[in-house]
Amino acid sequence: MASYRTPLGRARGLGSAKHGVGHWISERVGAIALVPLTLWAVFGVLRLAAGDYGVAVAWVSQPVNAVLMALTLLVSFWHMQAGLRVVIEDYVETGLAKTALLIANLFVCGLAGALAVFSILKVALSGA
Amino acid sequence: MSDAATGPREPPLSPFTTVWRWHVTMFASIAHRVTGVALYVGALIAAAWAVSLAAGPQPYAAFKGLMGSPIGLVVMFGLTVSFFYHLANGIRHLVWDAGHGFDIKSANASAVLVIAFALAASVAIWVIAAMTGAV
Repeated sequence: MASYRTPLGRARGLGSAKHGVGHWISERVGAIALVPLTLWAVFGVLRLAAGDYGVAVAWVSQPVNAVLMALTLLVSFWHMQAGLRVVIEDYVETGLAKTALLIANLFVCGLAGALAVFSILKVALSGA
Repeated sequence: MSDAATGPREPPLSPFTTVWRWHVTMFASIAHRVTGVALYVGALIAAAWAVSLAAGPQPYAAFKGLMGSPIGLVVMFGLTVSFFYHLANGIRHLVWDAGHGFDIKSANASAVLVIAFALAASVAIWVIAAMTGAV
């Protein structure tokens, strides 16, 4: 039997949450920020790989390095949380496993990101 | 469509790789996800670096020893390729988001360009690393 409900009747209440555009834009702005930040970080890694503990502490103690490194880590963890979230949403069927994975993704990124940024600040502010 | 459904329907899952014919743009898309997941692990390694540095000279030396081991160097090279690939293909996506380069010819060419850049930049950065004493 043909349905006599109108498309509008079916869609009402099930439509966009109106948060999509802001979410989409924030993902792209994060990605744009990561282009210069991560390119800078590559050269930071080269410098650190060639040196020992003292070199690393001195490097992180420079305010510009500490701030750029903290920003790189912060934006990276935000970006990868959003990225893996999309992968989980694409490939895992709705259910408890999907919810658990999405929460685990958020918690892993939040915890690792907070630990990393706090560690950078500790070294930068105390010199060790 | 039935009237019986009272809630939103299940969202469809993305098709898996088995249903696609191989093509360079398809490879580029899959590689973007694979390298993204690899870089997820890479960021956790970066967090471990920061935590080991804050923990003191011995934990930091242990971290550096692990990353300088043969397995560590293989992981770092993989992360280098993943990084330059994800960076270049990410810019390719941003160009698309701005509304350019969507035609088939451009998409094919940019996919090849991104792959070539990732390989060339990775080799270049490891040559620089060898010259500056980083490895």
